[in-house]
Amino acid sequence: MKITRKEFLKISGACLVALSGKNVLAVLDSPVKSQTSSPSARKQLGMIVDTRKCAKAKGCTKCIEACNKAHNVPSFQDPAHQIKWIWERPFVDLFSSYETQYMETSLKEESTPVLCNHCDNPPCVRVCPTGATWKREEDGIVMMDWHRCIGCRYCMAACPYGARSFNWVDPRPHIENLNPDFPTRTRGVVEKCTFCSERLVKGQLPACVEVCPEKALVFGDLNDPKSEIRQMLAKDYTLRRRPELGTGPNVFYLV
Amino acid sequence: MRDRLWIIASLFLFVGFVTYPVWHALVAHVPSRPPSLVLPANEKQCVAPVSYMRASHMKLLLDWRQQVVREDKSKYVAFNGKVYDMSLTRTCLKCHDRQKFCVRCHDYAGVRTPYCWNCHLDPGQIKRSAR
Repeated sequence: MKITRKEFLKISGACLVALSGKNVLAVLDSPVKSQTSSPSARKQLGMIVDTRKCAKAKGCTKCIEACNKAHNVPSFQDPAHQIKWIWERPFVDLFSSYETQYMETSLKEESTPVLCNHCDNPPCVRVCPTGATWKREEDGIVMMDWHRCIGCRYCMAACPYGARSFNWVDPRPHIENLNPDFPTRTRGVVEKCTFCSERLVKGQLPACVEVCPEKALVFGDLNDPKSEIRQMLAKDYTLRRRPELGTGPNVFYLV
Repeated sequence: MRDRLWIIASLFLFVGFVTYPVWHALVAHVPSRPPSLVLPANEKQCVAPVSYMRASHMKLLLDWRQQVVREDKSKYVAFNGKVYDMSLTRTCLKCHDRQKFCVRCHDYAGVRTPYCWNCHLDPGQIKRSAR
């Protein structure tokens, strides 16, 4: 059988079209796959810090102490070495754009607990080169895998809230009471609040929420309209830290 | 045939060279028996059969790590249906002595001690150092 070049090209072209058509049909036929879980089942955990209730207990640092104890957070005198999961900042530092010279003096002097915002669109996750930090699909927690962290500190540069700390030295000698239920970290690793994922899996609330004597920290699912946190958000006006950056922080401050 | 002496001498040298580790062990009194591991007193069965644990405990530990850190799970269903917490500190070390089990065998096998313990805590060690 003899075949001209023109015929050969025609047949090859027809074959290619037929093959690609098959692929197109396969794509059209398959039902649209839902993501790992349906959006309604997906949670977004968040927190409200009620600064009015918090201010009632002046000088109280129970949430910070409970967190540090639960997670073997070391304490350093040198601020450059400090490790922070939940810590205190003056209210006016957190919300400087709201500061006026006529502001309530109580607000001016108030210090407020701050923690990782577990953002909707976390910049720390986007920059991590090893996947050591990621946003959990099932509940929106910005998690960390310390096994995977190589200590490049890109995430610390990316986080606009200063919620991440770096272990410049071995933290172990600087932990007062070691808690064997939680690992310590090692030198060269970044760490931050994980909304107590290890407690949530056991059905407990985060340590800071549980220990607060004023019940100033409210924790819950922001995607559930019936949750306490959503009821409170619907009732009161709350602030978030630097929402204009588009990170979508999930920690709210009731003023 | 004039090289017979050379060939035989070289053969002896070669055999001596190849079997050097044996001679060395005999001379230096390096024990050739397996390490004396302290086995758990109150537990007969590990989370997997002994043969599997001996060969693949590192795989199991990596799998546990993956499930706890990445997949938000905490329970492990063993081959015999028993349920365990996936915790190095609370499950493995509940029965095993780190120094007399993990470290002894790793030393014997010449396996670099893994850096699990740079972060994970050994409750026994905390108690000892607190004293």
